[in-house]
Amino acid sequence: MAETHRIEVTVNGLPRMLEVPPHHTLLDVLRDDLRLTGAKECCLVGECGACTVIVDGRTVDSCLVLAVEADGCEITTVEGLAQDGSLDPLQRAFLDEGAAQCGFCIPGQLMAAHALLAGNPHPTVAEIQEGLAGNLCRCGSYLQITDAVLATAAEGTRR
Amino acid sequence: MSATIIGTSPNRVGGIGRVTGSQQYVADLRLADVLEARLVTLDCARARIISIDASAALALPGVRLVMTAADLPQPVPRFGPQLEDRPVIAVGETKYHGDPVAIVAAETKDAADAAAALVRVEYEELPAVFTLAAALDPAAPLVQDPALRPGDRLASTNVLREHPIGWGDVDAAVADVVVEHTYTFPMVTHFAIEPHAYIAAPDGDGIAVWSTIQHPNWLQKVIAKVLGMPLAKVRVFAPDPGGGFGGKQHAKYEPLVALAAIRAGRPVRLVLSLEETFQAVRRASCEVRVRTGVNRDGALVFEDIAADYLIGAYADIADRVVGKGSYPAAGPYTVPNVRILARSVLSHTVPSTAFRGFGNPQVNWAVESNLDEAALAIGMDRLEIRLRNIAHRGDAFIPFDTPADGEWSQTVTRAAELIGWGSPLPPGRGRGIALGIKSGPTTGLSYSTVRLLGDGSVIVFAGTSDMGQGARTVFAQIAAQELGAPLDWVTVVMGDTAIVPYDQQTSASRSTVLMGNSVLMACRSIQAQLRTMAARLHAVDEALVGVDRGVVHLPDRDLSVIDVLKPGLGRLGGELTGNGEVRKDADPSHPLSGAPAFFEFNCTAIEAEVDRETGDVTIVRHVTVSDVGRALNPLQVRTQDEGAAIQGLGHTLMEHYIFDEVGRIRNLGAIDYRIPTSMDLPLDLVSETIENADGPGPYGSKGMSEGALLCVAAAVGAAVREAIRVPIRDLPLTPERVWRALQERETA
Repeated sequence: MAETHRIEVTVNGLPRMLEVPPHHTLLDVLRDDLRLTGAKECCLVGECGACTVIVDGRTVDSCLVLAVEADGCEITTVEGLAQDGSLDPLQRAFLDEGAAQCGFCIPGQLMAAHALLAGNPHPTVAEIQEGLAGNLCRCGSYLQITDAVLATAAEGTRR
Repeated sequence: MSATIIGTSPNRVGGIGRVTGSQQYVADLRLADVLEARLVTLDCARARIISIDASAALALPGVRLVMTAADLPQPVPRFGPQLEDRPVIAVGETKYHGDPVAIVAAETKDAADAAAALVRVEYEELPAVFTLAAALDPAAPLVQDPALRPGDRLASTNVLREHPIGWGDVDAAVADVVVEHTYTFPMVTHFAIEPHAYIAAPDGDGIAVWSTIQHPNWLQKVIAKVLGMPLAKVRVFAPDPGGGFGGKQHAKYEPLVALAAIRAGRPVRLVLSLEETFQAVRRASCEVRVRTGVNRDGALVFEDIAADYLIGAYADIADRVVGKGSYPAAGPYTVPNVRILARSVLSHTVPSTAFRGFGNPQVNWAVESNLDEAALAIGMDRLEIRLRNIAHRGDAFIPFDTPADGEWSQTVTRAAELIGWGSPLPPGRGRGIALGIKSGPTTGLSYSTVRLLGDGSVIVFAGTSDMGQGARTVFAQIAAQELGAPLDWVTVVMGDTAIVPYDQQTSASRSTVLMGNSVLMACRSIQAQLRTMAARLHAVDEALVGVDRGVVHLPDRDLSVIDVLKPGLGRLGGELTGNGEVRKDADPSHPLSGAPAFFEFNCTAIEAEVDRETGDVTIVRHVTVSDVGRALNPLQVRTQDEGAAIQGLGHTLMEHYIFDEVGRIRNLGAIDYRIPTSMDLPLDLVSETIENADGPGPYGSKGMSEGALLCVAAAVGAAVREAIRVPIRDLPLTPERVWRALQERETA
C-alpha cells in the first residue's frame, strides 16, 4: 500500500480530514472517498471540463489536481450549490432554459458558470462562450447554457 | 383539468437530478464488495497471441482475478446483433487496437491498474488492413474467419455484405448532362461525455448487470445467451445514459464483465476511459462515387451511387447501418432511375456501430454535393433544382415504399427564406442548402404499463432509455394529458428489465412514436375503465360517458377523474392499470425488412465565411428546419435539433480518426480529437419546425432527433465551395484542407 498523506479540506462548507495517497487526484478523492459523484470522470486530461469544481474561488479540472495539492483549500462542488434544499439561481436557470439534456456535463458547466459570474456578474455572450469553452457538451446545449447564464446575470441585477 | 400540456415545454422530468449532481449514472453507483476491473490490450491492431502470463499480476496484493480466453467456456461465447462474430474476449488473435486479451479485477483501482500493467503478453504482430483500398485488395488478409459465414460467396473477401437497391434502368437512361465525382466521409467517434461503464453482480441464481446501454432488453438477451441463463434470471439496470448517440445501443464488454463477476463470485465494475471508449465505438468512414444524370430543364434522370463503408473488425450493427443508411441515398426526390450499391467492408479497426443518422450522413454528403455539381453544370440555381425534383406528399419516391409523408417543399422553402437565399453576399462568403431524409424504424415492439393510483397520481413503466432526448418528459406529458394528473404527479420508471415491460430498443428516433403510442394506448385503456366505472356509479349508459384530458363527461355534468376513481375503487382503494403494445412486425418482402414508420426530413441552409489566409471556416448563419409532425415538447425538439446540428459541424469541420501504420489511433483522446465547443458555434443558429400534425405518433408527431445532422456537411460544403470557388470532396473541412484547396486554385 502506498504511503498516504493527511489533508484537511473544506468541502461545501464542511471540514474534512482525509488520508490520501500522493498520486490520487482531487477528483478521485471527491468521488471515491467523499462519495460526491457530481463531478464527473471523462477525459482525465483537463480537456472536457466534466470534473470542474471550485477551489479557493477558482475553477479547476479536479482530474488535474492532486488531492495533496488541495490541502487547506476550500472546495465547492455541484452538491454545494443548492442551499437548504432550494436550487441556486443558476441551477434554476439551467432547468428553465432546458440546458440539461443528458446532463453528464452539467455539473461541470454549472461550476464554471458559477465562477464566471462571481468574477463577472454581467458577462456578454462572447464572454460566456469563452469562459465555458473548456466545458464540452456533446448534446450541444451550448445556446441554452449561455441563455441560462445570461438569465441568472439578469436575475442578479433585478434583486 | 382540461388545459393541454401537449405542445408545451415544462421543465425536464429528471431535470432536478441533472442540475444538482444527484443523478446517478452507472459510474456513480457504488456496490458493496465491488471489484474494480481493467482491460489488458496490445499496442497494435492485429496480433497473434502466443502466451499470456498472469502470475506477476496475480501475485500483487488485492488482485482477485485475471481472466483470458483460456479461462472461459470453450468455444468462447460470441455475440453480436447481426452476426454472432464477436468473442467476449480476443481468442487467439486481436483484431483491432484496443481489442482486450485479458481482464483483471482487484480490490482497488490502483491494484487493478498495477495488475493490468503486469500481465505479460507475448504476441506476434500480423499484417492488417486499415483502409478501404487495403481491405479490398485481393491479396489482403481476411479480417473475419470465413467459417463464421458458411455458404456466403463473400466469406473469402473482406466484404461483409453488399446492399444493392434501385429502380428504373440507369444504364438505359439518357441524360443531357452526367456529373460524376467521388466523396469521402471520415471515421469519427460518438464522444458521449459519459464513457461507457458496466457493473455485473451475482444475484442469487442469476445475475444483475448495470450498463450505460441504450437497449436494456436486447442486452438482457445477449447476457442470457452467453451465460446460458433464462431471461428471468438476468436483470439489467440501465440508468439514464450520459449521452448515447447510437454508440450505446449494443453490448460491448457487458458479457465479459458478467463472466468475470461469476468467476470472482463478487460484483465487478469496469468503467472505460475516454480513450477506451474511442476504441469501442465509432462511425463508419465511407467513400461514395456518385453519377448524377440531369436534363437541361433540371429534371433528374438518374442517380448511380456506389458507397463503400469501412466497418471494423466485428459486424456489430454496422452492416445494418450500411444497408439502411444507403437505402434512401438518392434523397427525397422523384428520380426515375436509381442504382445504389453499398458495401460493408471489414477492417482491423474499431468496430463501427450506430451513430446518429445511421449511415445516412455519409451518402447524403456525397449525393447532395453532387446535386450541386449538376446544378452548376446546367446553370440552374441550387435551390431550384431541389424544388424541381422534390417528392410531394403521397409521392412514391422510393417505389413500393412508404410514400412521402409530408409536404417537404414547405420545409425547404422556409429554410431558404431564413437564410436569405438569393440575396447579395459579402465577399468571401458563400451559401449552401441541402436536404436530408432518413427512414424511421422499420420494425418495433414497445410494451408499456400505466398505473393510475388511488389518489389520481400516475406511474408509467416504459423501457425507453432517456439519454438526453427527453423521452421521460414526453411520456409524462402524455400520461398527464390523458389522465388529468399534474405533471409532477407522474413518475416514469425506466431502465430495469425486472419491472419494466419489454421494449425492443431506443433508436431510429422511434420512442415518441412507438413507445409514445404505447403509453397513449395504456392511458386510453384506463380511460375506458373510468367510463365503465362512471356508468356504474351514476347509472347511465356507458356509451353516453366520455373521458377526455382527465375529465369524465356524463350526460348532465363533468367530473374530474378523481371524482370517479375514488368512489369507483371503493373502500379498499387500489388502482387502475392499463397496458400498451405497439408492434411493427417485420415484412420479409421489403429490402429493409419493413417500410419505415415515418421519414425524418430536414433542410439545412448555411452561410459561411472563409478566411483566405488560414482556411478557417466560420459559420455565419446556420438554419435548420425539420418536419416533426407536431412538437409535443417544443423546447426539447429545439435542443435536439440544435444539438444534432452542432454535432454535424463536428464531422464537417474538425473530427476524424488518424491512424498510424500499425493501426493505432494517433489522436486518441480529448487533447487531439476535437469536438465542437462553445467557441465553435455558428454565429447565428436558427432552428424551426414544420408542424402539420401529420405523423403516426401521438397527436400527429413524427420521430425527430437525427434529422438536423443528416445534411449539415453538404450544406456547409456547398457554402464553402461558393466562397472559395473550389470544390472539396473530402471531410472534414479543416483549415489546412481548405487552405490547400485555395492554394491549388491560385496555382491553377
